[in-house]
Amino acid sequence: MATITYIEAGRQALAEEMRRDPLVWAVGEDLGRGGVFGQYKGLVDEFGADRISDAPISEACIMGAAVGAAMMGARPVVEMRFSDFALCAVDELVNQAAKARYMFGGQTRVPMVVREPIGMWRSSAAQHSQSLEAWYAHVPGLIVAVPATPADNYAMLKAAIRADDPVVFMEHKNLWPLEGDAPESDAPGVFGKARIARKGDDLTIVSWSAAVHVACEAAETLAAEGIGAEVIDLRSLWPWDREAVFASLKRTGRLLVVHEAVAVAGFGAEIAASAAETMHRDLKAPIRRLGAPRIPISYSPGLEDEVRVTAAAVAKTAREMIAD
Amino acid sequence: MSAAQPPRAPNLNVERYRGFYQEMLRIREFELAAIRAAEANLVLGAIHPSIGQEAVAVGVCGNLERADIILSTHRGHGHTMAKGADPLTMMRELMGRAGGTSQGKGGSMHIADFGVGMLGANGVVAANINIAVGAAHAIKLRGGDEVVICFFGDGATNRGPFLEGLNWAGVFNLPILFVCEDNGFAATTRTSAMTAGAGPAARAAAIGIETAEVDGNDLVAVDEVARDLIAEARRGKPRFLLARTYRLTGHTSFDPAAYRPSDEVDARWRGEPIAAIRSALRDAGEEEADLDAIAEAAKAEMIAAFEAAKATDWPEKALAYADVQDIGDPREGAF
Ligand SMILES: Cc1ncc(C[n+]2csc(CCOP(=O)(O)OP(=O)(O)O)c2C)c(N)n1
Repeated sequence: MATITYIEAGRQALAEEMRRDPLVWAVGEDLGRGGVFGQYKGLVDEFGADRISDAPISEACIMGAAVGAAMMGARPVVEMRFSDFALCAVDELVNQAAKARYMFGGQTRVPMVVREPIGMWRSSAAQHSQSLEAWYAHVPGLIVAVPATPADNYAMLKAAIRADDPVVFMEHKNLWPLEGDAPESDAPGVFGKARIARKGDDLTIVSWSAAVHVACEAAETLAAEGIGAEVIDLRSLWPWDREAVFASLKRTGRLLVVHEAVAVAGFGAEIAASAAETMHRDLKAPIRRLGAPRIPISYSPGLEDEVRVTAAAVAKTAREMIAD
Repeated sequence: MSAAQPPRAPNLNVERYRGFYQEMLRIREFELAAIRAAEANLVLGAIHPSIGQEAVAVGVCGNLERADIILSTHRGHGHTMAKGADPLTMMRELMGRAGGTSQGKGGSMHIADFGVGMLGANGVVAANINIAVGAAHAIKLRGGDEVVICFFGDGATNRGPFLEGLNWAGVFNLPILFVCEDNGFAATTRTSAMTAGAGPAARAAAIGIETAEVDGNDLVAVDEVARDLIAEARRGKPRFLLARTYRLTGHTSFDPAAYRPSDEVDARWRGEPIAAIRSALRDAGEEEADLDAIAEAAKAEMIAAFEAAKATDWPEKALAYADVQDIGDPREGAF
């Protein structure tokens, strides 16, 4: 089977959508040279500088201009470089993009994609490592995509570009070189449809983005011990696939949510609460969640590791839940 | 920077300015009706009247085509009407009624009418600047020949989007005219007390945008300078206009504005723009009675809009859940 990397999958998805629709406009700092991570490599040669546009270091204006352009019928794909920098454009995303359709009574739509690379990557420290996906899931009007595999990065970026509402598209920086199965077709993905990354009957591990791979590694260890862990990759947090989670939980009776973001008020809390409200009769053990401690992310590898949710920690928690 | 004002036409274009006079009066009467509605709790909460600033809205928008685009601020009724929005639909919006411009979901501060190219007032000071340059960018990408007008106040020039948006317009040569309505105040504070340097036009010029300044209460001057700037902006040369004016009411309809001396306000009332154009029209031979009739008709139209809006039903509750986004259940997890 053919394979592709996570970064290349995104690049291809964008290129194909730009070929399909001349209104797709990519804009961000340094895109002409391929973007900071190379996600846009070579695209300016095919599409020209008017459509792969370099932007000034003006995150608020990149985001705000995308809102105005989207209202005028363009389909902007904005690059924020690091999700941390998107915090310079929170008004433009949260007060403007997310609300325009509603606040103006349906007179307009804001079809734009905000690419916000997230996550810990090579000692990037406190301002280049965060996973703030829960913030955006909290905001009415936004779609939040958190792909974990190359095939999903491809299909979901396509879906994001075709969506008629703003999408916060969070790629994980540590996944750029990840190789995986190439997409089976050029069809866009579907938001709110989870992927069963691994089957199992004893407990359900819900995760997304890079943490899915941590969960799968833990599931491998657990399998060797005779514990069947089902790993669900949510793919998107808004909407999120409650049905898939609840169906799995109905079988396993045990729910563990695993994410890289800070545990407190993370999206895992939303999943845990929803499961408790809806599935309490099927639960065989208390719901657990694993996320980072509530500390900024350090530079020094040993300190950085303190916030990392490891496969060992996931496996340990799973064993406790089975023993419960 | 050209501080000079364009020369006065020796002969007033009576036809044109009679129409502008009428439009200014319609805005004035709309806002007076809206203030009455706020006092009667029919408009829910405060509004931000632009009474005294009508010459800027009308003088600028009088030079636009329907397909052209404007973006406005919390003080946006005048711009919206000058661009062609219907006052009854707007009044319904202000009163939160069914059939308002935004189905009653936005109210005064988010007044918008996309059908006439009015892409929204904004509750966040200066936020419209970045959105406006994006609208202009989309026009450029499409190869269209529309122009974008971005209205904002003097206070907005102290926020980041002023720098980011003007720079963006300059870098990409966008078809946009920035109109800074300098009414001297940002809410209850004199803007000059909170603004370093030589003011908004100097800042715009420093960013590399050609600027002009005008007496924003002089309708003819605004009209003439706006016409030229809009023609240039349309060709991809972003421009900046500083229009000096005065906010004759408080910041909001509930603000008595006791922070400014009454003799200042009295003097400003004597220079208010509607009386000024009216006297110019009279000097040009227009009959008192005709000018009165225009004023009366404007008043009657807005009283009728007030009454009709007041008699309109509230929006259906189900609308609360409409137009959030295409996917996901907005009721999830609630109640
Ligand atoms: C970002 C932001 N900060 C503060 C406010 C509160 N506020 C509303 S209007 C206003 C004054 C704005 O002054 P200016 O831009 O000169 O416009 P004007 O009210 O004079 O028309 C302020 C401070 C706001 N709406 N948005």
